[in-house]
Amino acid sequence: MRPIPAATEAPPVSIDLLEGTPAAPPRDNGELVFSEPWQARAFGLAADLVGSGHFTWDEFREHLIEAISGWETTSASGDAAEPWEYYRCWLTALEHAVGERGLLSGDAVADRAAMYASRPAGHDH
Amino acid sequence: MHDEHGHGHHEHHDASSPEVRVEALEDLLVERGLADPERIDATIRRFEHDIGPMIGARLVAEAWADAGLRQRLLTDADAVVADMDIRGAEIEHIEVKANEPGVHNVVVCTLCSCYPWALLGLPPNWYKSPEYRARVVREPRAVLAEMGFELDPSTEVRIWDSSSETRFLVLPERPAGTEGWPAERLAELVTRDSMIGVAHAADPGGH
Repeated sequence: MRPIPAATEAPPVSIDLLEGTPAAPPRDNGELVFSEPWQARAFGLAADLVGSGHFTWDEFREHLIEAISGWETTSASGDAAEPWEYYRCWLTALEHAVGERGLLSGDAVADRAAMYASRPAGHDH
Repeated sequence: MHDEHGHGHHEHHDASSPEVRVEALEDLLVERGLADPERIDATIRRFEHDIGPMIGARLVAEAWADAGLRQRLLTDADAVVADMDIRGAEIEHIEVKANEPGVHNVVVCTLCSCYPWALLGLPPNWYKSPEYRARVVREPRAVLAEMGFELDPSTEVRIWDSSSETRFLVLPERPAGTEGWPAERLAELVTRDSMIGVAHAADPGGH
């Protein structure tokens, strides 16, 4: 987990010399940055909250370390409910950071999640 | 919500699924004016399309081509990064560690996933995995060998543990047979993995 430019800032990186030239090196070495849309939303949401000053990357990082270490502890004792998934830890850290800052109550998030989960399959807006 | 936000509800997810948890969080934060879906879209696009290992590759290639720049990069990477206009609001301290005959550097973040985003983009999945984070410190040669990278037994391996204070970038050795190449061409040889220290730069004969 590393600091990134605030989402509202001007483009932070000068890479014009490499854009579109035959010498442009590989962007991602063939690996998708996000393998599922929810991972991208969880990442972008954390970046947005940092960008608007609701918490810092260092504060978020403490929650991330705690979430990862929590998974590792339950995994080591054979109690892990889920296989390793980095962005699940990221999401848990985000929920904790949002709660710690009092941005949302855990009940509000749980109620909304329950409401969305009760939608019929195939529902679309 | 909109489909371009990945919120088309074609499958059923229970309330504990990450899909539903993220959607609930985002919608509530947006409704309260605490988050902005268009800014989130823009951030995701930047990381998917604009920020990646090509930025670090250019830095390495220019250091290969210019001994003075290489020296500055090794002693004050922050100044070089600033001069090259590679910026980030919360960019912190970066140190560059040069591989040389007999010395090989490898980067890890043992506690989470610290990584020089502005130079390499977001880290690959293996970098974030519990296995790599735990094992590369204890048995680096075995881990590197499993990743297809055999080190000479006489080579010293130095492991650099990233933290909130310091991020590391490995300056790989310049491949033989690239004398006189311009930085733009050299940058093609600089892979992401070589800047983390789990691979050599690419073989110029392979291009």
